[in-house]
Amino acid sequence: MKLLTHNILQSNVKGVKNGYPLMLKATKITILDVPVNFEFIKNIMGRIDYQVLRAVAIALGYTELPAEIPGDADTNEDFMRKLHHALQNIEVEEGELQCKESGRVFPINNGIPNMLLHENEV
Amino acid sequence: MSRPEHLKPPEEFYDEAEAKKYAKSTRMQDVQVQLAERALELLALPPNTSKLIMDIGCGTGISGLVLQKAGHTWLGLDISEHMLITGKKSGEQEGDLMRHDMGTGLGFRSGIFDGVISISALQWLCNADSSAANPVTRINRFFNSLYACMVRGGRAVFQFYPENSQQIELLTSAALRSGFTGGLLVDYPNSTKAKKYFLVLFAGTLPGQHMPKALGAEQSSDTVSFVGQRDRMRKSKGKKSDRAPVKSKEWILNKKERQRKQGKETRPDSAYTGRKRRPKF
Repeated sequence: MKLLTHNILQSNVKGVKNGYPLMLKATKITILDVPVNFEFIKNIMGRIDYQVLRAVAIALGYTELPAEIPGDADTNEDFMRKLHHALQNIEVEEGELQCKESGRVFPINNGIPNMLLHENEV
Repeated sequence: MSRPEHLKPPEEFYDEAEAKKYAKSTRMQDVQVQLAERALELLALPPNTSKLIMDIGCGTGISGLVLQKAGHTWLGLDISEHMLITGKKSGEQEGDLMRHDMGTGLGFRSGIFDGVISISALQWLCNADSSAANPVTRINRFFNSLYACMVRGGRAVFQFYPENSQQIELLTSAALRSGFTGGLLVDYPNSTKAKKYFLVLFAGTLPGQHMPKALGAEQSSDTVSFVGQRDRMRKSKGKKSDRAPVKSKEWILNKKERQRKQGKETRPDSAYTGRKRRPKF
């Protein structure tokens, strides 16, 4: 699971009002080398919850992201590269996601988060 | 045609053996690629852009590769663990995969996805696999949550194999109730073999957005050719309606009578009721 996915996923367990963000615990991560796509980064920038991304990236050992999105983010290649690295290259292989409100744990195995709900949770 | 959704729930049907078929059989892959290419075409994304697209029922990610080659970033959802693991192992996919059941609703932040495609997955929603699962609530839940997580003006294209016309009706009406516009598009409607159903949905319309045209259909599929004839038939029968024309004297008298019955204050009828006034100079 990439951090891009973590950034948009939220818990939809029955009764949960605010299932975002999910707490991420990673026991095994790998760093991928996905080619940078500036078009995509520009497109997605406005929809990313930057502070959530930064906090998670730091927790996983990537500290390059600045505290705030720079004003010239659209043209700042260096920043876009960093954003790309955080979003697309950090892959959580094993670990778990946890919903803060309900405490429900979603396991991540082989890089695939299991978001299936039980019958009593929908 | 065999219908796998009658045999087992999807998470059991798409087991290791089935996943291997998808990974090995070039015929299966070709069909998937063709359908995915057509779905991508129907999404009508502006050229030279790179969007975030969700693939619902991605399986081993064959359709995702099509999106990837077109320069988009994708996220794949599937209920079968074996299909996802087989896809992950192939190592070609850049898209992220996750295990999700569309009938329990999608858990995403709102306004995230530029587009959604789904190849041969939607018909699975019409079956109840357990006593607790009601297809209608599952379908409603799915479309409601899908509408929420899409960008306004985004499109969702579902290629699916409906079993009968009730299923089409059920899915389309549920989608429209959730706020989508759009409808069903049938490619090659006159061929049994090549016929393909696409549900094309718009999450809010942008100016200039309209239903795409179906392939292999000479007549545009959204008009019924017999309507004109039927109208003519009705007229030739000479059956006139027994209602008085609006604003005629008879109509006014009827209306006043009705209002009197309702106990409303009404001016008395006279010789001048419903008469035209003289032009004033």
